[in-house]
Amino acid sequence: MYEFLQNITGNQIVAYFIAAALPLFLFILPYALLAVLAERKVSAHMQDRLGPMRVGYHGILQTLADILKLIQKEDIIPAAADKKLFISAPYLIFMSSFAVFAVIPFSSFFIGSSIDIGLFYIIAISGFVVAGILMGSWASNNKYSLLGGMRSAAQIVSYEIPTAIIVLTMVMLTGSLNLKTITEQQTDFFWNWNIFGGADAGISKIVLIPLMIAAFIIIFISMLAEVNRTPFDIAEAESELVSGFHTEYSGMRFAMFFLAEYANMLAVSLIISALFFGGYNSPFGYLGNSLGVHWLIPIEQIFWFTLKGITFVFLQMVLRWTLPRLRVDQLMTVCWKYLIPYSVAILLIVGFITVL
Amino acid sequence: MKQYLINTWQGLWTVLVGMKVTLKHIFVPSVTIQYPDVKPVLPERARNRLYVNMDDCIGCMQCSTACPVNCIEIETVKAIPSDGERITSNGKKKALWVTRFDIDIAKCCFCSLCTYPCPTECIKMTNVYEFSEFERENLIYSFASLTEKEIEEKQKNYNKFMEEKAAAKLAAAKAKAEAAAKKTEEEKANNNSNDKPEDKTK
Repeated sequence: MYEFLQNITGNQIVAYFIAAALPLFLFILPYALLAVLAERKVSAHMQDRLGPMRVGYHGILQTLADILKLIQKEDIIPAAADKKLFISAPYLIFMSSFAVFAVIPFSSFFIGSSIDIGLFYIIAISGFVVAGILMGSWASNNKYSLLGGMRSAAQIVSYEIPTAIIVLTMVMLTGSLNLKTITEQQTDFFWNWNIFGGADAGISKIVLIPLMIAAFIIIFISMLAEVNRTPFDIAEAESELVSGFHTEYSGMRFAMFFLAEYANMLAVSLIISALFFGGYNSPFGYLGNSLGVHWLIPIEQIFWFTLKGITFVFLQMVLRWTLPRLRVDQLMTVCWKYLIPYSVAILLIVGFITVL
Repeated sequence: MKQYLINTWQGLWTVLVGMKVTLKHIFVPSVTIQYPDVKPVLPERARNRLYVNMDDCIGCMQCSTACPVNCIEIETVKAIPSDGERITSNGKKKALWVTRFDIDIAKCCFCSLCTYPCPTECIKMTNVYEFSEFERENLIYSFASLTEKEIEEKQKNYNKFMEEKAAAKLAAAKAKAEAAAKKTEEEKANNNSNDKPEDKTK
């Protein structure tokens, strides 16, 4: 992508900027707008309601109207707040949740940065969100914010361990930290996906399938906890803590937290689909190949990747409207007593298989 | 160890069961009524805004008497014979001009007690329930159909009629009194002349 842009514009810096901004404006912001609406509609229909219906046909323009409203709102900074930290916290969270998209390959043609430490970068950057949440909650100078921030920090730090262990398992299995390489290993048909034991045929594949399914469940749960969504939303916990760490934020700063949450949801879904479900690869081969239209392939790849990502986002929504919030001790129990032992066991077994 | 595995399995399984329920409900038609566009069907005897059909009102004040919060105020003037005979749709005579029929719907408690005693069934509950106002005065509904001029005229007519009637009565009374006086005089005369024969009979 970057080389292509450099050829077109003939300038490195311009190409960098376009390559960096293109996925953000072309893909993620429209997605966030749609996802907020989808969340409301899906949740409404799950509860036999209709959701927003007034703005546009069946309320399609509702989020747009909400964003317009939020832009117009007064930007209130509490008198007792630590002003510098208070202002910078939403930018930090927004930035770190969108920075994850830099290393995700949207198609074989379209990747922000094909660095060899992609997965490591993702874990590092998503750990950065904790700093933003703690800054925001501490700077608000509000009991509820602080409680929410502390809970969130404890939660994200502990759930990063099973995530990291499962990511490590996948790194051992695929032998690469680069998400593009991992995706390219899972080409052709869906039985080559990592959830079905990867591209290697043989006995190891059969042994790997249940392990991979377990690994997928563990990473899905722990990543769900990392993006602070129900049933792991004790950081926000609107029925206990008003709205947790962003209680004191209003207007556009609040919207940034909101968009960051939805961007995070998509990022997590895309990472999971890249690791386990073949990333941008089509499960049945490409229409472009069979028709001989080669420019169609990247578009199809983006379609499949989006489809997989949206499926997991939808799964997260279903989970959110199914399960009640976990208590703090239950949260820690799930992480330390269940997810970590299982993930360590998976790590050891997969390591043994890959050595053999 | 066994308990641990059972816990794990149950945790995952119950989540799946819950998700099945939620997913099923996506396809259940929603129960929402899009209110300002679509209005709910009211029950048969729903009690909402009062309406008075003034063509049928005979001004009997039974509704205002029945009202527990005194929100109906009625003033009437009697009709005079020259107004002609006015009849309601169910055949009752209208002997009164209703000069004022005010319902303060802000006071109304929607008990519907006023509708039951009405002999002509002209006061009734409608299906209208959207009648909020910015001024409280606007919630006082005047149903009386007569204009102020007409009311004055009716009042004048009635007073005139009554005066005439009183005059006639007075005249009648006078005439009667005169007649009575005459009669008594005659009787006296008669009595005087008949005194003796009466005594004779005794």
